[in-house]
Amino acid sequence: MASEGDRRSDPEVAERRSRLLGGLRLEGEGARGVAIALISTAVFLVAIVVAVTQSAGWPEVRRTFFDWGDISGSFPDIARAFVLNVKIFLVCEVFILVLALVIAVLRSLQGPVFFPLRALAIIYSDLARGIPTILVIALLGFGAPALQLTGVPRSRLFWAGVGLVLVYSGYVAEVYRAGIESVHPSQEAAARSLGLSRFQALRRVILPQAIRRVIPPLLNDFIGLQKDTALVGTLGVIEAFNQSQIDTNATFTYGSYLAAAALFVALTIPLARLTDWLIARDRKRRQAAGGFA
Amino acid sequence: MSALKVEGVHKSFGPNEVLRGIDLELEDHEVVCLIGASGSGKSTLLRCVNLLEPLDAGRIFLAGEEITRRDVDSNSVRRRIGIVFQAFNLFPHMTVLRNVTLAPRDVLGLGRAEAEARGRELLARFGLEDRRDEYPDRLSGGQQQRVAIVRALAMQPELMLLDEVTSALDPELVAEVLSVIRELAAGGMTMLIATHEMSFARDIAHRVCFLEEGRILEQGPPHEIFAQPKEPRTQQFLERIIEAGRL
Repeated sequence: MASEGDRRSDPEVAERRSRLLGGLRLEGEGARGVAIALISTAVFLVAIVVAVTQSAGWPEVRRTFFDWGDISGSFPDIARAFVLNVKIFLVCEVFILVLALVIAVLRSLQGPVFFPLRALAIIYSDLARGIPTILVIALLGFGAPALQLTGVPRSRLFWAGVGLVLVYSGYVAEVYRAGIESVHPSQEAAARSLGLSRFQALRRVILPQAIRRVIPPLLNDFIGLQKDTALVGTLGVIEAFNQSQIDTNATFTYGSYLAAAALFVALTIPLARLTDWLIARDRKRRQAAGGFA
Repeated sequence: MSALKVEGVHKSFGPNEVLRGIDLELEDHEVVCLIGASGSGKSTLLRCVNLLEPLDAGRIFLAGEEITRRDVDSNSVRRRIGIVFQAFNLFPHMTVLRNVTLAPRDVLGLGRAEAEARGRELLARFGLEDRRDEYPDRLSGGQQQRVAIVRALAMQPELMLLDEVTSALDPELVAEVLSVIRELAAGGMTMLIATHEMSFARDIAHRVCFLEEGRILEQGPPHEIFAQPKEPRTQQFLERIIEAGRL
């Protein structure tokens, strides 16, 4: 259903898109383009290496950060501790997806009857996004176990996880909400006109379309979550960041930080590329369908 | 007892009074066309009948039973009334067959096999059986609109509301949709149709209502309304249509 206007502006759209994408795509010039890209990248890298290695503090930095023995020596311990980061991430992610969806749905309810629920959802979102994550984790991790409630876990790890879930649900709820609002009201009208209840319309018609549209931004938030699992270490839980600090204290060098950073990057980069790929696929599909899907 | 009775219906959107006291009655198997300029209230009237818009005043009866009372479950009313929209409003994330079976399964509680059998039969009746596994964006506008009609029919409604169902279509696709509606009329479906297709209205309607600024200004059999309209406003409207070559 692409209109005349769409087709006419195609080159312009393509041009803007390639600018938005920045880097990574080599436009149209084949082998020559690749050669230019390689050369300019090499020049750029050499310039940085020269600038850094010429600096006054470089010998000291090289000794404390870039000692290969330190990095590789601390790697096994940190990798073992990093398993906990991955576990925290995987478990929290599930709870975030569910809690955030509940909050987003509450916030999208219409009508005066639901005002208290809507207000609650808004307050929650504001607080979750307003308080620094490290504070939420410290408050819950040190505070909640101190209450000594019966039947509630006292482990700091547990409460740090709760903190991450609460904070990220605030963000993810907003992502869901944007998706819900992007579904045209005529879709709900069509569903309701067939006799579907408000809840059925939401479940069958609105949410499936909304969630499909927000998968890339959702993944983006999860890239953030992967990194923020390191904040759990501030409570004394031995995860990758905390383990690298322990190593640092033992060796008085910082190579272990680089080892930890490498592990985090190894996990986030595939997710980032997956997100890019999904966005590109989604855009292609939209173009094919003339913006309808 | 009439199939549909609309009594003194008023509806405003903010300061804009769209319906200013509509009275209308449809007998069983009757086909009534609403004509009139854009903004005269045709679409709003249809949406009110389907309870998609709450009324400011007035009452609506379906088969003798008031559906605008507060204690009436609007979901159970809507499943008895089919509506087809100008912009099709198919569900883009579902195949054609799923579009058609969603409400029978979720609302009427039909089993999957039964709902699909019924859906296939309906799709076949309107020449869409080979499209059943496609997604709506792979279909032409005319096909999409026919699927939307089938989707409404799958609920076996006692009344169909059609809201300018050909207005969003390319001219060469209008005929296939109109022929579907003709077939429904021939089958005895009670229909209330808002339309700009005057010659279609003349052919198919038992009665034509001319709406002007939220009121039914004039109504009667099509041969009277189109040949000898009594109201000067109706005459003006039809003259403009004739000038545009649409009648």
